[in-house]
Amino acid sequence: MSAIEITVEVNGDSIVGRTEPRTTLADFLREEVGLTGTHLGCEHGVCGACTVLLDGRSVRSCLVLAVQAAGHSVRTVEGLAGPDGGLHALQEALSEFHGLQCGFCTPGILMTAVELLEERPRPDEREVRKALTGNLCRCTGYVNIVKAVLVAADRMQEA
Amino acid sequence: MPEVMPRLAEARHVGTRLRRREDARLVTGRAQHVGDLRLPGIVHASIVRSPFAHARIVSIDAAAARGAPGVLGVYTASDLDGRVDPMVESAREDLSARLAELVDLEVRSLPMPVLATDRVRWLGQPVAVVVATDPYLAEDAATLVEVDYAPLPAIASADAALELGALVLHPELPDNVHARLRVTAGDVDRALAEADHRVRERFEMGRQISNAIEPRGVLASVDNGVLTIRATNNKPHLVRTFVSRMLRLPADRVRFVSPDMGGSFGGGVFPEDVLIPFLAYDLGRPVRWLEDRRENLLATSHGRDQVHEVEIGFRDDGTVVAVRDAFTMDAGAYNTYALTVPYNTVAHLRSQYRIDDFSVEGTVVLTTKAPAVPVRGAGRPEATFVIERSMDLVAHELGMDRAEVRRRNLIRPGEMPYDMGIVYRDTVPMRYEAADFPAQLEAALEEFDYEGWLERQREARARGRRIGIGIAAFIEGSGHGPFEGAIVRIDESGHVTLISGARPHGQGHETVLSQVVADQLGVRPDDVDVRAGDTGLLAYGRGSFASRTAVMAGNAAAIAAARLREKVLRVAARVVGADPEELRIEDGCVRWPGHPDVEMDLRRVAAVAAPGPRSGVGAGEQPGLEETAYFVPPTATFASGTHLVAVEVDPDTGGVRVLDYVTVDECGTVLNPTIVEGQVHGGVAHGIGNALLEEAVYDEDGQLLTTTYMDYLLPTAMDVPSIRVGHQAFPSDRNPLGAKGVGEGGAVAAPAAIVSAVEDALGSSQARLTRIPVTPERIVDAISAAGGAATDGPTRGEAAT
Amino acid sequence: MKPAPFAYAAPETLEEAIALKADGGDDALALAGGQSLIPLLALRLASPALLVDLNGIEGLTSIRREDGWLRVGAMTRHRDVEEAGELEQVPIFSDALPLIGHRAIRNRGTVGGSIAHADPAAEWPGLALALDATVEAVGPREERSITAEDFFVAPFTNALEPDELVREIRFRLPGPGSGSAFVEHSRRHGDFALVGAAAVVHVGTDGVVSTARISLIGVGGTAVRARDGERSLEGGSLTDADVEAAAAACRAAVDPPNSVHGSSRYRRHLVGVLVGRALRLARDRARAA
Repeated sequence: MSAIEITVEVNGDSIVGRTEPRTTLADFLREEVGLTGTHLGCEHGVCGACTVLLDGRSVRSCLVLAVQAAGHSVRTVEGLAGPDGGLHALQEALSEFHGLQCGFCTPGILMTAVELLEERPRPDEREVRKALTGNLCRCTGYVNIVKAVLVAADRMQEA
Repeated sequence: MPEVMPRLAEARHVGTRLRRREDARLVTGRAQHVGDLRLPGIVHASIVRSPFAHARIVSIDAAAARGAPGVLGVYTASDLDGRVDPMVESAREDLSARLAELVDLEVRSLPMPVLATDRVRWLGQPVAVVVATDPYLAEDAATLVEVDYAPLPAIASADAALELGALVLHPELPDNVHARLRVTAGDVDRALAEADHRVRERFEMGRQISNAIEPRGVLASVDNGVLTIRATNNKPHLVRTFVSRMLRLPADRVRFVSPDMGGSFGGGVFPEDVLIPFLAYDLGRPVRWLEDRRENLLATSHGRDQVHEVEIGFRDDGTVVAVRDAFTMDAGAYNTYALTVPYNTVAHLRSQYRIDDFSVEGTVVLTTKAPAVPVRGAGRPEATFVIERSMDLVAHELGMDRAEVRRRNLIRPGEMPYDMGIVYRDTVPMRYEAADFPAQLEAALEEFDYEGWLERQREARARGRRIGIGIAAFIEGSGHGPFEGAIVRIDESGHVTLISGARPHGQGHETVLSQVVADQLGVRPDDVDVRAGDTGLLAYGRGSFASRTAVMAGNAAAIAAARLREKVLRVAARVVGADPEELRIEDGCVRWPGHPDVEMDLRRVAAVAAPGPRSGVGAGEQPGLEETAYFVPPTATFASGTHLVAVEVDPDTGGVRVLDYVTVDECGTVLNPTIVEGQVHGGVAHGIGNALLEEAVYDEDGQLLTTTYMDYLLPTAMDVPSIRVGHQAFPSDRNPLGAKGVGEGGAVAAPAAIVSAVEDALGSSQARLTRIPVTPERIVDAISAAGGAATDGPTRGEAAT
Repeated sequence: MKPAPFAYAAPETLEEAIALKADGGDDALALAGGQSLIPLLALRLASPALLVDLNGIEGLTSIRREDGWLRVGAMTRHRDVEEAGELEQVPIFSDALPLIGHRAIRNRGTVGGSIAHADPAAEWPGLALALDATVEAVGPREERSITAEDFFVAPFTNALEPDELVREIRFRLPGPGSGSAFVEHSRRHGDFALVGAAAVVHVGTDGVVSTARISLIGVGGTAVRARDGERSLEGGSLTDADVEAAAAACRAAVDPPNSVHGSSRYRRHLVGVLVGRALRLARDRARAA
C-alpha cells in the first residue's frame, strides 16, 4: 500500500530508504539499498540463503519485514570484508578450502558462521555442522564448508 | 579423432589445485545473478499457473488483472498465437536418425505450447503471464486473472497411464506412451535358461527434483536490435536457437549471455526461456521473471521416476550371466528430452560388470505430472541402483560377501577395451577404455577400511546397534558430444582471452579453463580471461551439462590454444630467423633456448601479426592472433568409481545416520583436483538426499503434495558426513587432454550405496529395500514385514542424533 | 512469493495493540516473531488487511521463576529461553529448545507466537501441556487465564477471541524429585517433529510416581495430553514394563493424520517409541536428582 520511509543501519552506514509494509528485509536490502549479496532461495525461511545479522543475531531476512528493521542495525555479507577490502577470515578460508561452488548459498553460510564463531570461538566439527543445518547447499556437500569454518575459527583465535 | 590435433604442451597448471578466481566476487556478495542485474526500465513478469493436473480451459478473463496497479500487459496463448511457435523436443536433433536404424526405438512428436492453449495437462503449467512495474504488483495482478477450468481426471501415475482404456493425455497420440526403446546384446533368453539361479525384483526410484538453490530466472531485453537473454539456463546456444526459431528471428539477432548461476543439476529449455524474451520483444522493455521456490518445485527439473522389473541370472559362483530389464519412466505431461535419460539407463545398466547377455526395454510414459528433464545423473543413478542392488541380491542369495560378488563380475583390465555389445546414444559401439575396476574396488575397500568396519559392525550388533555397510560401483558415460567450441585470442596488448561454449554454474570453469589455456600458451592462468556462455561471442556451442565441460570445453580450449601457440611461434620464428620448433613461450614471452637475447612478448607478436600490408603472418594465413576450435569427440569417455559407506539405522524410528563415506574416482586427466573433489562431494550429498529424503509426491488427483521446503527435503550439513575422495587415473585416449567427466558420478552411485548400507544394517531380518527414497517409515515397515525388530526390548539405538 | 498488500501498525503499548486488533477483527493479525506467519503471508495462505506488529511493545519479554512457576512474556524469543540460566536444571527445556528450527528461527521466533500459532507439530504446545501451562490472554475485556488444554482448539486454531492477545505463558516447573524430558523424531535436524513426546514425572523418595504428565505433538489436530498413559504410571515405580505399558496406552489413544512425511500407522508407532524414550530419560533424571 503506501510507502514508508525508514532508517536502517546497514553495515555501519545509516541508510534512509522507502519501503512498503509487506516488503521483506531481503527485498529492501537487495532493491532499495542495492546490496544484492543477500540471496533469495526459497522465501519461506528454510534454505537460509537470505541470512543476515539483525542487531548482531542471525535472522532469515525473508522472514523479517523491512519496516521491522527500522532503527535497527543489519550486517550483510557485503559488510564482512575490512575497509581496505581485506577478506574476513571466513571469506578467505571458504575460498581457500573450496567451500563454495556456485556461491548462491554462500552469503547465508557466511553470516551464520560469523554468528557461530562470535558465540563459540572454538567449535568442534559437530557444532559447526549443527549450526549450518539451517543453510542448504546443493553444490558442495558441506564437506569443505565445515573444514573452512574450522580453519577460520583457529585463525581468528590466533589473531 | 576426425581432424589433425595439435600437439598439446606439457601440463604445468593443469593438475594443480589453483584457487578459484570466481570466489573473489562470490564470497563478497558481488556476484551478478540474473536477479541482481539492473537495467533501466525493467519490468517484471509473474506467471499464472494451472491449479489442476488436467483440465479444459473454458475461458480466461484478464480484465481485472489488466486494470490492476502497475500492470503493463497480460498475455495468454491467444496473444502468442501465430507469433510464438510451440516448443519441439530439444533432444530430437541430438537423437540421430542413425540411432533408429541401429536400435529398436520410437519417439513420437509432441510439441509443447509455451502457454497452455485449450487444455492444461500438468499442475503448474503456465497459462498466462502478467507484466507489471514491480514484482509484488505483478504477483498481485496474477491472482486476479480469472481462469475458468473444467477439470478432467488426472493421470497421476505411469501405471494409471498404461492401463487398458486409460484416458489419453494427448489425443493426437494413440496412448500415453511418448517413446520406447529396446536394446539387446547376446542372447538373454538362453543365458537365463542356463543360469544356476534366476531372481526377479522390482526396483523403484521416486520422482526427484534438481533444486539448485537459485530458482530459475530470465531477463530479456532488446539491446541495439538484438534480443538479449540473461538466464539461469545451462545451454546458451540451445536457448538462442529455440528463441530464434520459435519467435522467427534470425539467430544472430538473438543473444544469450550468462550471468552468474546458482547451480543447475539438470534442466532443459523451459517455456519461460522463450516466453520472457517474447515479452521483452513485444513490449520493447527489459522484462524479468524470477521463479519462486514453489514454482520451482512445481515446474522445474523433475526427474528420476522409474520403475524396473528386472530378472537376473547367475551362477553358483556369483557370476551374473544375464540381465533382462523392463522399465518405465514417468516423463510427466511432455517429454522434451526424447530418449536421453532412458538411453542412459540402458547404457549404464551393466555398469562395470561383464554381462554379455542382456536385454532392456524402456517405455517413456506421459502423465499429468510436471515435464521431466535430465536431472544430475540423468538415468545413470537409476541404472546403477538396479544393477548394484541386484549384485547385493546375488550376494544375499548365495551367502556371499557383497564385495566378493562384485570382484567376480568386474571387467578386468586385461579385457579392456571392452565391447559392451551395444551402441552408445551417439551410435558408436560402446566400448570401455583402459581402466582397472578391480584395483579401484580394492583401493576403495582399503581406504574405507572395510575389514575394520565389518568388525565395528559386529561389535555394534552385539550391543544392539545397527550399523550397515554399503557398496556401489558406477560407470559414467561423459564428455557427450556432438561438439563444443572455443576461441582463444591474444589482443593487441598481448592479453589472452578464451571464449568458451561452457556455461559455468559452480564448477569453477573460469579457473579450470584458464589453466588449460595457460599451459598451451605458456602464460599464467591469471593472464587468461575467460568468457563463457555468450552466444554473441561464439557462433556455435552447447553448454555445461552431462559432465561434459572438462572433456568438451576443456579440449576445445586446449586445441584452440595449442593452435594459437603454433601460430605465435610461426610469427615469432619469422621475426627472429628461427625454426618454430626451436622456440618456446614462457611467462608470456617467446624465447629461443640458446639465444638469451631473443625475447618477444606476446604484445610484440600481436603487433607483428596485426593486419596491414606488412602483416607478419604467413602467406594465406589470417592476420591477428586468434584460433577457433570445435572439438568433436569420437564418442563418450567412461569415467568410473566405487563408493563405500557406513550408516547407522535406528530400528525403532527408522532414522538413518551416515557415518562415513569413501569414494575412489577415476576421471582420466584431472584438470584441478580440488574442483574434482568438490564435484564428488556434491554429487554424493545429492545422492544421499535422493536415497533418504527427497521425493516429489503427487496424489491421485495429480496434486503435488511437496510444494515447499517443509515437504521436499534437501540434505543438510547434519545429513552428509565427511567424504574422502580417493583417486585413480586412466587418461582417456578419446581426447587430447585425456579427460573424463566427473560432475555427476557422485550422484550416480550414492543412492545405491546408501540403500545397500541401510539394508545391511537391518541385517538378518532380510528386509529388502527396493525403493528410493528409503524413508524412516519404509525402513520400519521393512523391518516389521521381515518379522519384527531383531532385538528384544529397548534398543540402545537411541544414539543422540 | 510476495505477500499480498496489508496495512501495518506498530503499537508501542499492549492497549494500543488490543484496540487495533479489536478494530480489525478477523482481518487483523498479530505479528510476533514472524517465523510462522510470514511464510504464510508469502505463500498467500493468509492475507490480512492489517498486521499489528507486537515487537515494539515493552514489557512482553521476560523470563521469571515465581512460586514454582516459570512466567514467560509472550514476545520472549526462543533463543532467550534456550539461554536462560534459570532453566539449566529443567531438562525438558534444554531438550526441546534446540529442536525448534534453527538458530536464526530461534533468534526471532517467540514463545507466545508459537503458542498462539497452535501448530500441532510445534514443540511449545507440547511443553505447555506437559507443564500444566496457562496462557494469560489480554483484550478489551478482563484479562483471563486459559489452560493449555483449553487453549489449543484445532490445527492452527486457538481459544483467543479475535480481539485478544497472549501476554504471558506460565509453566509449572517440575518440583523436587522430578524428572523431565522431551524427545522428538523429525526427518532432519531442525525440521518440524513428525511426532514428539514430553514427559514429566514426580517420583517420591520411595520411588513411587506421584504425578506423571505425558504430552504428544504431531499426533492429531493439536498437541494432546496422553492421560491414559499418565494414569497407568501413577502409583507405579516406572519399571521398564510400566514404561512399555504407558507407551502402549499412548499409542492406542491416538489416531494421527496421514501426511507426506508419515502415515498414521507410522506416527502411531513413533508415539510408542518416543514415549518410551521420554519416560526412560525422565525416570533416569528423576533418579539422579
